[in-house]
Amino acid sequence: MGLLSDPVRRRALARLVLRLNAPLCVLSYVAGIAWFLALVFPPLTQRTYMSENAMGSTMVEEQFAGGDRARAFARDFAAHRKKSGALPVAWLERTMRSVGLEVYTQSFSRKLPFPDETHERYIYWAKDIIFLVTEHDLLGTEAWLEAYHDVNVTGMQSSPLQGRAGAIQAAVALELSSDVVTSLDVAVEGLNGQLPNLDLLNLFQTFCQKGGLLCTLQGKLQPQDWTSLDGPLQGLQTLLLMVLRQASGRPHGSHGLFLRYRVEALTLRGINSFRQYKYDLVAVGKALEGMFRKLNHLLERLHQSFFLYLLPALSRFVSIGLYMPAAGFLLLVLGLKALELWMQLHEAEVGLEEPGGAPGPSVPLPPSQGVGLASLVAPLLISQAMGLALYVLPVLGQHVATQHFPVAEAEAVVLTLLAIYAAGLALPHNTHRVVSTQAPDRGWMALKLVALIYLALQLGCIALTNFSLGFLLATTMVPAAALAKPHGPRTLYAALLVLTSPAATLLGSLFLWRELQEAPLSLAEGWQLFLAALAQGVLEHHTYGALLFPLLSLGLYPCWLLFWNVLFWK
Amino acid sequence: MAAPLALVLVVAVTVRAALFRSSLAEFISERVEVVSPLSSWKRVVEGLSLLDLGVSPYSGAVFHETPLIIYLFHFLIDYAELVFMITDALTAIALYFAIQDFNKVVFKKQKLLLELDQYAPDVAELIRTPMEMRYIPLKVALFYLLNPYTILSCVAKSTCAINNTLIAFFILTTIKAAVHTCENEEQGLLDLFLGVCHDVCGKPSGNRLPLLLPSQLLGFHPRSLWLYCWVSPDFKLSCAVKEGLSVPDLTPNIGLFWYFFAEMFEHFSLFFVCVFQINVFFYTIPLAIKLKEHPIFFMFIQIAIIAIFKSYPTVGDVALYMAFFPVWNHLYRFLRNIFVLTCIIIVCSLLFPVLWHLWIYAGSANSNFFYAITLTFNVGQILLISDYFYAFLRREYYLTHGLYLTAKDGTEAMLVLK
Repeated sequence: MGLLSDPVRRRALARLVLRLNAPLCVLSYVAGIAWFLALVFPPLTQRTYMSENAMGSTMVEEQFAGGDRARAFARDFAAHRKKSGALPVAWLERTMRSVGLEVYTQSFSRKLPFPDETHERYIYWAKDIIFLVTEHDLLGTEAWLEAYHDVNVTGMQSSPLQGRAGAIQAAVALELSSDVVTSLDVAVEGLNGQLPNLDLLNLFQTFCQKGGLLCTLQGKLQPQDWTSLDGPLQGLQTLLLMVLRQASGRPHGSHGLFLRYRVEALTLRGINSFRQYKYDLVAVGKALEGMFRKLNHLLERLHQSFFLYLLPALSRFVSIGLYMPAAGFLLLVLGLKALELWMQLHEAEVGLEEPGGAPGPSVPLPPSQGVGLASLVAPLLISQAMGLALYVLPVLGQHVATQHFPVAEAEAVVLTLLAIYAAGLALPHNTHRVVSTQAPDRGWMALKLVALIYLALQLGCIALTNFSLGFLLATTMVPAAALAKPHGPRTLYAALLVLTSPAATLLGSLFLWRELQEAPLSLAEGWQLFLAALAQGVLEHHTYGALLFPLLSLGLYPCWLLFWNVLFWK
Repeated sequence: MAAPLALVLVVAVTVRAALFRSSLAEFISERVEVVSPLSSWKRVVEGLSLLDLGVSPYSGAVFHETPLIIYLFHFLIDYAELVFMITDALTAIALYFAIQDFNKVVFKKQKLLLELDQYAPDVAELIRTPMEMRYIPLKVALFYLLNPYTILSCVAKSTCAINNTLIAFFILTTIKAAVHTCENEEQGLLDLFLGVCHDVCGKPSGNRLPLLLPSQLLGFHPRSLWLYCWVSPDFKLSCAVKEGLSVPDLTPNIGLFWYFFAEMFEHFSLFFVCVFQINVFFYTIPLAIKLKEHPIFFMFIQIAIIAIFKSYPTVGDVALYMAFFPVWNHLYRFLRNIFVLTCIIIVCSLLFPVLWHLWIYAGSANSNFFYAITLTFNVGQILLISDYFYAFLRREYYLTHGLYLTAKDGTEAMLVLK
């Protein structure tokens, strides 16, 4: 209580905050970034270990006798598919029955908000005691999951399921596009950045090591040497790739949809690249069989190991307790700035614990504070309305747009999005007419204070559920938000604010992502990818309930508009 | 004054009606921050259906309301939404008239003390004028009706709203009785004990309301009535009392009890129940001694303490004492941490649903995360109340000793709370 009630210490603290505010903010920001970069180095990153006893100590001798038959089935399947052009359901049913499995089919349909030109077709095998083969990529998986758990989260229409097997404990989604693989790539990031239990990944890694299979994370092999600088640098690359993928909130593989139903799931992709040593289906089958047998030993759900982590490499992880301070430092900048603004707005009280001494400019009494609050309502409402327009109008207005302009519906949606976004830029709002016996100057300070708290709240909530998204947005938006003010080099601040707006962050992350994957983009390609990403974002929100689009349009964009208003305050 | 109040009522009812019709109503009525095992609408419906089947509603471990609620909703179950909107409106109206009368009393007292020269000469800026006090009752009604906490409680059909109405009428009758009989001191203390007891038990007894109103009309002293209510030989009442005092249901809520009792051994639970429940009563006597000349402020602090330390608090309880903030507007300049505390309360209110989702639905967090936010929220509330208390005392001190304090050697002095 001393700090909050002792007037001497409070005065000292207030003076400290006011005088050293800028250096403290810069220090805090740099500390946040530095902490994040330091996550790849040994004390902060630890070796993974199996936490679940039921899966750790038991010896499993895997056997997979059906290698040749699997190959024959695969060839047969490919032939049938080429013949029929779609998933050969009848052939699948026959084949599976001949192997001895109970087979059920389910049909589903979904009206997409706008036509998707890029949907893919793959086969997925997800097994507890269930083999799931789906058409239409993730839509099929979502339809099955919803019917299985008897919910209707995404407005999918599907026929009811006849066969069920109880609560699903774990799922592995397998994507194999050829008979032989050189390595297995594992994907963990799920819908809205949710991750499976780390034990599942540890299990996979154990069996890959046992079977001598090459396994990669984010397409990269593990660095062997963590003592020199090379290992950590490669780890940093992998970490950044994971952060970018988690931040996008897309389910990178069907496993991403299982996580929402508390089913731990992974996606394994067979990569067939130009390496000398190739593994055939027998090796893959053995590894899978071993994994499933270990999962068989589970007595309860996977709960021992971490649910929130970052992966610099397949056998290294960073837990939430160690990576959260990075986001904390970044949000501290916003808090310090807000505190400084509050003290400036009440400067008659700072340094004087009582209204003794010169009773100078009187302290802002409630009536004037009330007026101050009233003048903030207009910019807040307008920004929020723009955000609402950004969320609702593109999909609603696509038909109108296609009538008047020669574009397809998907393009219409994306272009409307960009149009509304840019329209917000032309909207600095003038509210100083409402008040002012007091300095009209103060209006922007109050607005900036509210905007800073709003931004800190949103980033805090986002960072708790999806750390990568929160951290990424904080890195870009915090400096611009802290610096925005009507005085000073306005064009410079405006450029900074535009460059760090949510859309620009998305564009930048796309370029960074491809750069890290060693397939850099040219500007034109990047722009095309950006447009495609926007369309995918809106589509995924409507089909799976991905939250990136509503968060950015209803939450962060209005907040960013408030800072834009502050910048152009007259 | 009637027109603005009517306008505020219309806006409030519109907002609530809109939310009742939306899809959010069902979602809100399941939130643990808004409903508790003592006030959940689902449990009321359960009790009513048990009654319809001829079984005593108290025979299971689900229904913990008082008979008043059963009688009320037995007839009004089809108009439940309307009932809750009306209770909110009644609370606001009761608070409005209560604060109107209170302001008159305050102004009269201030005038008396000014004439008796009890104030120091240089405190002109601390004296309250009728102009600034004119809109306070309206602001109180506004604060209560448009507080998001109140709206959420109403949409969730939490019986906390009915509780708030009864407390508001209680305060109204107390003030009116005090104005008429000028016995504010004694009145305040006893009515507070009444208030404390009935709030701890979570619900007022079934027969209190009809007795309060006659007491006000006839000028009866409520002391005898208090005893009557308390010793009422009502078996059903004692079930509700036992529930509030012994905390058997450990559903998470925004209070401090559930986490501790979830991990406590049976052997010690009685001891800790007593220790926790003492917190609610403990501050009554010291506060009564210190604030004996300011019964309404005492009531405000006591309601806040009950909202923090009771066994199953909800945001509806918090909303009730928040409605009183405009009454203490004049203390704003003496509040020291209002910014940090407002931020803490807003942040915690937003983080409650996020961490609940992470714990229950995503499975990535656990109860510790949720309880951390609960603790922060309660610490924020406690600091807020102590800030108001300190500001009140400071103002009283300045009024009698002057604003510009000088130490013995003539330098500027500072007021420090030790």
